[in-house]
Amino acid sequence: MSNARIRKIISAIAESLCGLAVLIALVPLVLILFYVVKHGFTSLNWAFFTQMPKPVGEVGGGMANAIVGTLILIAIAALFAVPFGCLCGIHLSEYPASKFSSIVRFAADVLNGVPSIVVGIFAYGLVVLPVRRFSAMAGGFALGVLMIPVVVRTTEELLRLVPPGLREGALALGATRSRAVFSVIVPAALPGILTGILVATARVAGETAPLLFTSFNNRYWTTNIAQPMASLTVQVYTYANSPYEDWIRQAWAGAFLLVIIILVLSIIARVSVRRLERMNRP
Amino acid sequence: MITTIDMERFNSALAPSAVMLENMNAKISVRDFDFSYGSAKVLHGIVLDIPDRQVTALIGPSGCGKSTFIRSINRMNDIIPNARAKGTISIDGRDIYSADTDVVSLRRRVGMVFQKSNPFPKSIYDNIAYGPRIGGMRNKRELNELVEKSLIRAALWDEVKDRLHESAFALSGGQQQRLCIARALAVDPEVLLMDEPASALDPIATTKIEELIWDLKVNYTIVIVTHNMQQAARVSDRTAFFMLGRLIEYADTKTIFMNPKEKMTEDYVTGRFG
Repeated sequence: MSNARIRKIISAIAESLCGLAVLIALVPLVLILFYVVKHGFTSLNWAFFTQMPKPVGEVGGGMANAIVGTLILIAIAALFAVPFGCLCGIHLSEYPASKFSSIVRFAADVLNGVPSIVVGIFAYGLVVLPVRRFSAMAGGFALGVLMIPVVVRTTEELLRLVPPGLREGALALGATRSRAVFSVIVPAALPGILTGILVATARVAGETAPLLFTSFNNRYWTTNIAQPMASLTVQVYTYANSPYEDWIRQAWAGAFLLVIIILVLSIIARVSVRRLERMNRP
Repeated sequence: MITTIDMERFNSALAPSAVMLENMNAKISVRDFDFSYGSAKVLHGIVLDIPDRQVTALIGPSGCGKSTFIRSINRMNDIIPNARAKGTISIDGRDIYSADTDVVSLRRRVGMVFQKSNPFPKSIYDNIAYGPRIGGMRNKRELNELVEKSLIRAALWDEVKDRLHESAFALSGGQQQRLCIARALAVDPEVLLMDEPASALDPIATTKIEELIWDLKVNYTIVIVTHNMQQAARVSDRTAFFMLGRLIEYADTKTIFMNPKEKMTEDYVTGRFG
């Protein structure tokens, strides 16, 4: 066989292996989406959004409290993690070489790898135990802790991508360093930072483990963040493990809704980024 | 009127390159100015006077220290860690490296335009208004007037007046550079430093910038770094030739190009090295 022929055969084999790998990676995703949509969509009804859970054994009812609960928990997490994480990321990009920065960076990477259940235990010890009560605040705190390292590292990396010429331009006009950072450098990186924040939010929105012993669960309506609060993830976990057919049906609906929430967050991220980037590009 | 160092003194690497002005109003006076990055000394005993409301060109081969020097005049080098300056640079008789100098107000008096145009990711209007705003100007009418005035001075008004609120990135390279000049003019500086302002532009855009420099010197003291010999000859009144961190010769532009005193200057301006 000629060299060229061998080369072509090897190339064809390599290409088909790559294609196979893509298929293998896509199959679970497609299957998950297929099952969630198939079971979830058909189980969705108006009552699911508007009604409270029915007492055990009764058919019907919904997850209104868990839907609102999840939104509240995400909001608490973001309120806590976004300012803290962004400021931390700004510090890292402004003082990239300092000893303190390298410690913070390492800590953020370790925190990123900590299993979410451990973060839950941490929040349990810190927020739940002292007051001896599960609360939405504790749940939001646990989710926030999970968000922080992602927000910190995205903020830092995107700020460091801003061309140094912009900083010089601002300083040359008589801006102080902090002024240059907050009026030119951060706005230049803002589209990317926002995406990072939304991706981090979407990630923690699907967390169950850290909520199990922080916000716990609640079969009743509450918006009081000092009280235990229902969330979609914990509700799905509880219902999916139950022997009742109607609860299992609702668990599918909850899973479907979670996927939709994450999808919507991703779409918002993309749209808002495009809008903001219009100033950055012709 | 012109004094230059002789080569023996240059080679001894000790004596300052001494060029001072007589019969002329010096806006910027540099005396025995040294500059180092860490242990690397990049400027050695620079002495020169830059005249008011004229264009002074700094020329020399890459790495000769001309950019470092121009960035010393608004203390832009302060942001580099381990950078150290010695000697004095005075503007209107006041040393800008003295302990009581406020760098922020210095930079408002000494504007700078960079080699690579660096418009902010904001609208054309907000780019120009940036400097005045951080200076505390809030009045909408005053800002509008200032933006218009600065754009007119930078010869950009007619091209952008109908799209002031569009992104500055929508402008062409030459327009972006003129926007940066307008932005620098908006804070009403006395001195304008230009670090190779046209090196990334095509010939037509370059001509526009050069014409602009010619117009601006009526009101501003301009210092320009350039790699382009013809450009130095076209736009400047005086030219300083730098090499290996030293000022070799400083004189009227005509003298530097037609009748230089130093052999090195002659070799450089005639293109024998560079």
